[in-house]
Amino acid sequence: MMPHDHDHGEHEALIIEDEAGNIEAKIVVDALQQVLAQKGLLTAHEVTAAIAKLESPGLHLGAQIIAKAWTDLDYKARLMSDGRAAVQELDIPVTEARIIVVENTPRVHNLITCTLCSCYPRSILGQPPSWYISKAYRARSVREPRAVLKEFGLDLSLDMKLVVHDSNADMRYLVLPEPPSDLANHTRLELEAMISRDHLIGVARDVT
Amino acid sequence: MTRFAAGDRVRVLALHKDGHVRIPYYIRHRTGQVTQYCGTYLNPEDLAVGHTSGPAVDLYRVAFAQTQLWPDDGIPSQDTLVIEIYDHWLAPEKDSDDAP
Repeated sequence: MMPHDHDHGEHEALIIEDEAGNIEAKIVVDALQQVLAQKGLLTAHEVTAAIAKLESPGLHLGAQIIAKAWTDLDYKARLMSDGRAAVQELDIPVTEARIIVVENTPRVHNLITCTLCSCYPRSILGQPPSWYISKAYRARSVREPRAVLKEFGLDLSLDMKLVVHDSNADMRYLVLPEPPSDLANHTRLELEAMISRDHLIGVARDVT
Repeated sequence: MTRFAAGDRVRVLALHKDGHVRIPYYIRHRTGQVTQYCGTYLNPEDLAVGHTSGPAVDLYRVAFAQTQLWPDDGIPSQDTLVIEIYDHWLAPEKDSDDAP
């Protein structure tokens, strides 16, 4: 074994399995669910319904918001001033306290992170990608964001203003990317298909 | 009436609080500019220990020059970082030379 001169708590413990391959947190949750079910406080259907609810939001909702903002400037104005209310206009049930929409321009690029955990607009975009939760992204996205963007294939010019948003508290963020240059040639559905999750976090920029 | 408004220069305090604290170390002692007032929210330091009845505290978004946060050469001077800071972690920049 390699000698260790630091506490093992410093390691990133994403998954802890026992010898049979069981994940520690899963064992605890399974035991809790079994107790609650035996007491008649919880049914298996309620558990699967809660999972389905967690998994039903996703990129498709975020893409609807962006395509609508590109094609309806009044909507865009409302989205920028009160993101939560504007998202709810599209019948998307937002559970976050506030949604802040930050707009990319030819001179400004925005990047979203959560250095303390994994805060993310989950009621709109669903669960964050695994890299967003990693300690490497959380630390490096504030410490050397331009290097991180380069690894995602985005080489920002030095005269572009990069704004990193640390969603450390109660706000949740969406990036409004710049529309494609041939915006008018596309239907709203086509536009939605051009938008990726990475655009909405800010690790991608051009929508083509 | 909130203590700060957009445009105000502020310093982030280092309060040495234990427990569930949402102000990361990298931003403590740093000076920045308030960009937005976000409203009042229950203090996560209270919520984490089951105190759910308040008081609610003011929350601000504050922008910092990346060149001020990190020692690296070559950070473009226009790059910024925006983070949310609760009122009790902030002091006016001019008053806070002796602040923690």
